[in-house]
Amino acid sequence: MAFKGTIVIDTEGCKGCGVCVTGCPQKCIALGKKANKKGYNHLEIIADTCIGCANCAILCPDGVIEVYRAKV
Amino acid sequence: MTREEIIKPENLVYSKTKVLTDTVMHYCPGCGHGTTHRLVAEVIDEMGIQSETLGVAPVGCAVLAYNYFDVDIAEAAHGRAPALATAMKRLRPEKFVFTYQGDGDLAAIGTGETIHACNRGENITIIFVNNGIYGMTGGQMAPTTLEGMVTATSPYGREQQFNGHPLKITELVAQLPGTYYVTRQAVYTPALVRRAKKAIRQAFEYQKLNKGVTFVEIVSNCNSGWKMSPVKANEWLEENMLPFYPLGDLKVPEKE
Ligand SMILES: Cc1ncc(C[n+]2csc(CCOP(=O)(O)OP(=O)(O)O)c2C)c(N)n1
Ligand code: SF4
Ligand code: SF4
Ligand code: SF4
Repeated sequence: MAFKGTIVIDTEGCKGCGVCVTGCPQKCIALGKKANKKGYNHLEIIADTCIGCANCAILCPDGVIEVYRAKV
Repeated sequence: MTREEIIKPENLVYSKTKVLTDTVMHYCPGCGHGTTHRLVAEVIDEMGIQSETLGVAPVGCAVLAYNYFDVDIAEAAHGRAPALATAMKRLRPEKFVFTYQGDGDLAAIGTGETIHACNRGENITIIFVNNGIYGMTGGQMAPTTLEGMVTATSPYGREQQFNGHPLKITELVAQLPGTYYVTRQAVYTPALVRRAKKAIRQAFEYQKLNKGVTFVEIVSNCNSGWKMSPVKANEWLEENMLPFYPLGDLKVPEKE
């Protein structure tokens, strides 16, 4: 069974630490060039290959990632 | 399938637990305190014990933990969390009581309280975040600072002859008859996060048995104190902290 996932990032809550990026097996997230109001370059989705594994979310110290996953 | 089709309530697999408030945590970017808070809160949530849990916050970066956990939390004087938790648990034995402490709090100024609560076998859970440094006050050497490690008060690296040996307090409390479950974990990879959460759950579950202290060390980072980027700090942790503070269980209950 295959899954397709996606994440919702609270970009204003993100502190741009990059820890989540290290855990993504799909390499579909990265810190972007845009800064949020606090001045952090927040996380962005860079590819449409997310499998909804939630690795990024469970690594995030600030709990700013929501993960969705659907069967395809 | 489009993004909009995936983002539906029935497809939600992960969101922040309600046992954490919506207050933005003041921790530095990438700090393991945030991750550890989240795991403790998720365990409280999954066990359905939010209204039955009492916490004790330390002095250290986690001093504001009471703003983040949506459970009743008391603030202890520096290092005194296990003493306060002792009183809380003895007065309200039906509650789950945990302390949340850094290494300066638990293994320096609070060593006496730590050792005696563990030796008395109080029925509390101790969550011990070991980042090898005093984070809150600007990165001074702690008893847990590694040999050779540079801190604000050991600018040329910790020297055994001058500064003594790093203290493995978790190994020490594991020797005491009053501890029931003692384990050392970390939270910088997805697999380690999952394992650490299981250990925290185990510690809270064992508290029901009233057989003594359950003690979970989290070997963590202090990006600011170590003066590294968060990702670099996690690499440094793996290379330097883990050989001296190896992960795994130090004491598990004997099978009955
Ligand atoms: C009685 C007392 N002595 C000293 C201090 C100063 N102080 C505040 S936090 C701290 C150490 C915190 O280090 P740690 O417990 O390792 O926590 P971290 O900030 O690294 O999470 C010290 C010495 C204090 N607040 N109260
Ligand atoms: S859910 Fe998994 S695949 Fe998707 S972004 Fe997060 S880590 Fe990457
Ligand atoms: S771990 Fe969280 S705070 Fe850090 S970059 Fe990722 S989303 Fe942002
Ligand atoms: S000073 Fe260190 S321990 Fe404190 S919040 Fe910052 S990174 Fe975390």
